[in-house]
Amino acid sequence: MIPLGHYLIVSAILFAIGTAGVFLRRNLITILLSIEIMLNAVNLTFVAFGRAQGTVDGQIITFFVMTVAAAEAAVGLAIVIALFRHRESLNPDAFTSLKW
Amino acid sequence: MFETSLFYLFAGVAIVASALVIGQRNPMYSIMLLITSFGALAALYIQLDAPFVAMAQIIVYAGAIMVLFLFVVMLLNAPQEDAAEWDRTHPLRRAGIGRFGAVLAGLLIVQLVWALVRLNDASTAVNARGDATAISSVRSVGRVLFTDYMFAFEATSILILVAMVGAVLLAARETSQ
Repeated sequence: MIPLGHYLIVSAILFAIGTAGVFLRRNLITILLSIEIMLNAVNLTFVAFGRAQGTVDGQIITFFVMTVAAAEAAVGLAIVIALFRHRESLNPDAFTSLKW
Repeated sequence: MFETSLFYLFAGVAIVASALVIGQRNPMYSIMLLITSFGALAALYIQLDAPFVAMAQIIVYAGAIMVLFLFVVMLLNAPQEDAAEWDRTHPLRRAGIGRFGAVLAGLLIVQLVWALVRLNDASTAVNARGDATAISSVRSVGRVLFTDYMFAFEATSILILVAMVGAVLLAARETSQ
């Protein structure tokens, strides 16, 4: 049978990939996609730990994470659309109005 | 044995697809690869006796959230990243404070490995405890969701409402009045 540690390692790798995406990419849409990867890595951890404990609580927290991810994607993409209308760019370096 | 090889297959697909997501310059390909990754993760959820989460993953994530991303990419006719611009302006190529983020990301990996090494029951089989049929049934999930997590569930509906209003407000064109 598959040990719990293997699921956690897969989750850690996915989370590291998501973090690297946020740091390395200069495209707002790809950065939001990287955040989705990180949220999914955490979801996998919740479900794996929930299964190891023999309870359904891990699955239920996963539903809440999915809800938050949906809300975050909707608001985040609305902000991206509003920013793109002002600057015609998706590069986060183009948005420097708040920089002192 | 069959189950183990399926785990490695889907875990590999999820990791490779996610790595390719951040390697693509075209956001459209990134989204398609991320849908692949989510499908592989749904297979892992089924192996973890969570078929309802797996279906929600496909329907909500791959079906709703990713389609939202696709719509935005098509709507904006999003420009691809310019390689020369990327090389010139990327924070990791700057000295000083730009490298601080890279150091933090490296520390995160060290921390994750350390936590995994220190975990006591990492080598016990994931499905050693609990009744698989009881955990995987939608009935038991729904019972806990609508009793123990009732308040959180209702609070979620407020969150969705706020997100909906916020998205409409942010994306609406400013009227000249």
